[in-house]
Amino acid sequence: MRDIINLWDWDTLFDAFPSIFAAMWLTIGLTFACYAFALVFGIVWTVLRRIPIRPIYWLVTFIMNFIRTTPPLVQLILIYVGLPDVGIILGSITAAILGLGIHFSTYISEIYRSGIESVSKGQWEAATALNYTKFQKWTKIILPQAIPPVIPMLGNYLIIMFKEVPLASAIGVSGMLLMANIYGAKHLEYIEPLTIVAFFFLLMSYPSSLLIKRLEKKMNRRFEKKVGSSDNGKEVTAS
Amino acid sequence: MTEPIVKYTDVHKYFGDLEVLKGIDLEVMPGEKLSLIGPSGSGKTTIIRMLMTLEQPTSGVIEVEGEPLWHKEVNGQLVPADEKHLHKVRGKIGMVFQHFNLFPHMTILKNCTSAPVNVLGISKEEAKERAVEMLEKVGLADKMDNYPAQLSGGQQQRVAIARALVMQPKVMLFDEATSALDPETVGEVLEIIRDIAKEGKMAMILVTHEMEFARDVSDRIVFLEDGVLTEQGPPEEVLGNPKSERLKSFLERFIQTSTSN
Repeated sequence: MRDIINLWDWDTLFDAFPSIFAAMWLTIGLTFACYAFALVFGIVWTVLRRIPIRPIYWLVTFIMNFIRTTPPLVQLILIYVGLPDVGIILGSITAAILGLGIHFSTYISEIYRSGIESVSKGQWEAATALNYTKFQKWTKIILPQAIPPVIPMLGNYLIIMFKEVPLASAIGVSGMLLMANIYGAKHLEYIEPLTIVAFFFLLMSYPSSLLIKRLEKKMNRRFEKKVGSSDNGKEVTAS
Repeated sequence: MTEPIVKYTDVHKYFGDLEVLKGIDLEVMPGEKLSLIGPSGSGKTTIIRMLMTLEQPTSGVIEVEGEPLWHKEVNGQLVPADEKHLHKVRGKIGMVFQHFNLFPHMTILKNCTSAPVNVLGISKEEAKERAVEMLEKVGLADKMDNYPAQLSGGQQQRVAIARALVMQPKVMLFDEATSALDPETVGEVLEIIRDIAKEGKMAMILVTHEMEFARDVSDRIVFLEDGVLTEQGPPEEVLGNPKSERLKSFLERFIQTSTSN
């Protein structure tokens, strides 16, 4: 019993709180920066994969799979300590944005792809028949139908990204985790500062996930209402 | 003599190794109403899809108002057309699809005004005026603030017709426009198409399985079998007095299935 009581000390908690709270903003900011990068870079993958030249498709798909199937931590360290060998020296925050951003962009690209593929061939054909230009087809017809249904999935990745950002502490980004570690090392008290970190993550992730669930329900309803009956099940009219 | 508005010359189409169209020669005159009939898989739909630039012919030439559609003349030679050329010629053609293909994210009105504004470049007001006029013609002006999914299949198809009409094409294609409809809504759509046909200005090519309707609206009926145009002529002649055995048995099968309905 004594040990457990010693393990937890409220004074330590309050002592550790300010530095971790201050670092929270960096963690949040970094999450959004990585996410924005991933959203944009995801477009690049998606566009590259749509170039109708087979070898390009294979190459891009291979690179994407490579990025996706290797640990983001390895990629981060590679970018941070590996790239200087070829003369590219990046600050830890830039390296984190690049590393996590590229890693997640491969997933985001898959989401874009699924959204685009969910738009039926008939929509493309109708757009052609009405003589839209290629650019107009994308902006007026395809993307407005492809994006809304995948917004909840994109939101999920924001939360996943948020939880992966502490990996950046490995390359010296002083987010919440690194600050907690530093505090722990200095005072030999790890439980309290790490609990604070976990609590902050919970505080932000959980409401966000609820929000996304609501969004998902809303999108599903909206999509059912609007698409639904247009071209299913009518081919077979029994005689 | 007036020039044909659409002319197919020895058009072949392969899907992989399968030859779907085996040398089509066909002329359509301005304002003419032409129906394509034939068993499914005979290539009827492919003929009009090539004219809408949704399929590329493997060989042969399709002309619209004397101008090659899939080809461009450069120094007296025909070379494959680029998107710019297709865009120019395609503007004369309109199409109504079997599955309507309305844009689900736009209201009925927006479905009818988006292309005129973005493609023809007319003002929003004028586009709305035109759209409302066409929606009145198909009897759906009161639905213009609804979304497609809130309409029945027949209503959606009527909107699709209005949407195509707003673009004022010279040739209008109907790809089995009633095949995907519930039986009770087929009539309302055929009625609209019949009205448009009566107005007369626009050439129409209809792929259809509605024989009575084809007889009623067409100036000429073409029978297609296995990728070849085997018989054509005025409706009474083709439907009333078929020459080939194959057309005879096709029509008989048809009468059987429609009476058993």
